[in-house]
Amino acid sequence: MLRYVISRLLYTIPTLLGVAVLVFFMLRVVPGDIVEVKLRGDGGTVSQEVIEMERKRMGLDKPLLEQFGSWMVGVVTLNFGNSMWTERPVMEEIRLRLELSLQVAIMATIIAVFIAIPLGTMAALFRDTWIDYATRIITIGGLSIPSFWFGMLIMLSLLGFFNWLPPITFTPIYVDPVANLTQLIWPALAVGYRYCAVVARMIRSSLLEVLNEDYIRTARAKGVYEKLVISRHALRNALLPAITVIGLEFTFLIGGLVVTEQVFNLNGIGQLFVQSVSRNDFTLIQGMVMLIAAFYVFVNLAVDLLYAVFDPRIRYT
Amino acid sequence: MLKKFGAVVLTAGAIAFAAGAANAQTPKRGGNLTFAISAETPHYDCHGSETYATLHFSAPFYSTLLQFDLAKFPQVKGDLAQSWTVAPDLMTYTFKLHPGVKFHDGTPLTSADVKATYDRMRNPPEKVVSPRKATFGDIASIETPDANTVIFKMKAVNAAMIEHFASPWNCIYAAKDLASDPNFPRTKVNGTGPFTFVEHVKGSHVSGKKNPDYFKKGLPYLDGFKGVFTLQAAAMLNAVQGGQVLGEFRGISPAERDRLVAAMGDKIRIEEQSWTLNLLVAFNTEKKPFDDVRVRKALLMAIDRWGGSKGLSRISTLREVGGVIRPGSPLATPPAELEKLPGYQRDMAKARAEAKKLLADAGVPNLKFVLWNRNLAMPYTPAGIFLVDQWRQIGVEVEHKQSDTAPYLAALNSGNYEVAVDFSNLFMDDSTLALAKYLSRDRSPQNLSRSTDRELDKLYDDHVRERDPKKRVALIRAFEKRVFEQAYQQPILWWHRIVPTHKVLMGWKMSPSHNLGADLAEVWLNQ
Repeated sequence: MLRYVISRLLYTIPTLLGVAVLVFFMLRVVPGDIVEVKLRGDGGTVSQEVIEMERKRMGLDKPLLEQFGSWMVGVVTLNFGNSMWTERPVMEEIRLRLELSLQVAIMATIIAVFIAIPLGTMAALFRDTWIDYATRIITIGGLSIPSFWFGMLIMLSLLGFFNWLPPITFTPIYVDPVANLTQLIWPALAVGYRYCAVVARMIRSSLLEVLNEDYIRTARAKGVYEKLVISRHALRNALLPAITVIGLEFTFLIGGLVVTEQVFNLNGIGQLFVQSVSRNDFTLIQGMVMLIAAFYVFVNLAVDLLYAVFDPRIRYT
Repeated sequence: MLKKFGAVVLTAGAIAFAAGAANAQTPKRGGNLTFAISAETPHYDCHGSETYATLHFSAPFYSTLLQFDLAKFPQVKGDLAQSWTVAPDLMTYTFKLHPGVKFHDGTPLTSADVKATYDRMRNPPEKVVSPRKATFGDIASIETPDANTVIFKMKAVNAAMIEHFASPWNCIYAAKDLASDPNFPRTKVNGTGPFTFVEHVKGSHVSGKKNPDYFKKGLPYLDGFKGVFTLQAAAMLNAVQGGQVLGEFRGISPAERDRLVAAMGDKIRIEEQSWTLNLLVAFNTEKKPFDDVRVRKALLMAIDRWGGSKGLSRISTLREVGGVIRPGSPLATPPAELEKLPGYQRDMAKARAEAKKLLADAGVPNLKFVLWNRNLAMPYTPAGIFLVDQWRQIGVEVEHKQSDTAPYLAALNSGNYEVAVDFSNLFMDDSTLALAKYLSRDRSPQNLSRSTDRELDKLYDDHVRERDPKKRVALIRAFEKRVFEQAYQQPILWWHRIVPTHKVLMGWKMSPSHNLGADLAEVWLNQ
């Protein structure tokens, strides 16, 4: 097992290296210049001399390979350089937003998992009854309504019915848990609904398949209690594809909640991503792409390891 | 719809009138103001910035030598300067500073700090960005005969110099801070303004607290403020409506105004005024057939600005018809004169017939081209759609290409475009700033028409040095006529500023520029 984990971790090195090369050079093909956006984006009357001076100050006049080399040296030492926009360390910019994005992702996952497992299981066990139909309506709603739209409905409902809105600025959970949860529960619900719908449908279909397997029939024939058949034999196996989906969705939530973050005015990674792309803030984009790539790699590894926990037939050597 | 719109405007007007009466009340002390800032500044340095986001962030922490008196705009009043004199030949400006002014770190402010500040802007050290270097290029020397006196000696006359001393971008920094690091103000705050810096949480907010040693006794009224970055209009509107923020000081669209008024009734105050911003249409004179003045002129003549103003003002921040100077400001060309210039005629049938003839004469009766525009919904998209429709009416086929700011600027600055929607952002009605955009390309990189016209350059230089106001206006008119006759570029419409604030927020003053009045010194809460 340990050998497997170590080998998987070693594989991440060429993966992340490839990502680094691709993101660095592909970004340089994008038209536009952050210095222009910074100094002329708001209609400023700045001379070309000032533009050139600023490019020089930021090191953008150096040869591309030299820029790449110095960035790669930084990456190896986990120093992603400074944001070209704010001139603050990339890691500091990301760290500030990661806390919020991570918390929303965790809360949404908790909401999704705690609702989806019973919902999907009930729908499968009571197939073609009103319970199944109701579950299908709820889950199709979750898949059809974009999270940001649901978020807007939540905000407008809070405003219209209660003339109240959640706090507009982020307070860490360790500073003021009430203020923190009051702000983040709503976006977590908005994205958690769609997330829950995906997982619930996956569990339903997977459980229906498993319930027809021979080993379930055998367990029932042996006289095992139905609850045990479901929880120990059927659900455990049915959860495997759901775990994959949960892993993918969780990683997506780290950087993919752009519009939802905008609706709730959240200072998250998604917004930062969009801002840095629109400003051509290459160093920040590179840092975030590396972060998200690393997240995907490690979450996938965690998912693979979880398979072994849920399915005794899977052994990593 | 019209009825509803009228009702909204009347309501807003009544509210604004009531607000005016309320403004006469005795200010109350205390409280913390939370307001929205629709963009986040990349750094804190006023000198190195061109975006209002820096001023809405930094202005409460800093003072300037002079400032615009928003109650009597465009007159100026002293800020750090207690008094000032201007020599009759406009070659010497002497400022007496308020005594006993302290920076937030306790260091006393002296004339050396003012000198260091202006030296940094006019002659920036290596690695310091100073977009206003050219503005202060006419300063020959700065003398500091004593701790409270600063004398600016000029190389040449600049009739608008006193207004430039009131520019909100000229935050006064401490000489010792600049000596320790010329880029100190980019990342640290140490001013003499009404509020001291508390924190900047990236992507979230900036906050400040009352400066107990502020040199204007009795000010500020507030205990503190928090400027929350609300990058999306919908989030900002929700926050205003829900009372999370008490105002947004840049400006909103008419539709957003109507939503707030409908939802909040007499709790919201709406103030409106023409804005020192305009959108322009620019023709790349280096590309065929736009090197032909007949083609450019035909395209300008096809635009019905007067009719467009009526329609666009309902759905966008575009409203006023104007020339190169903001309509309604002292130097602006009156509408009766404007109507005589190409692109401003009222008889559109006649103008469009003439435009078609010009295109036929130029050999391009079925002209097709790409119009470059920014992909900002307000007001760039409606402006672009409006232009496409106007040109369609003279048989011109236009592809409307909208892109992000970075590729848009890249295309425009490289000259890789035919026609573009451009923009002009001024902080005051100064003709030296407004006309500079139309100078020859080698003098003005922001001239997107890429034209070279030495006659225009001469008119500009003459007007800058002209001290007789009447002659100066005549030179501005001649400049404007030349620009429009040659049809290099022309304002489409000027923007209209609409600012929503809760009625409890008092003392904030409306102005034609969102870059002004951001120091919050006289703002108070009526609660």
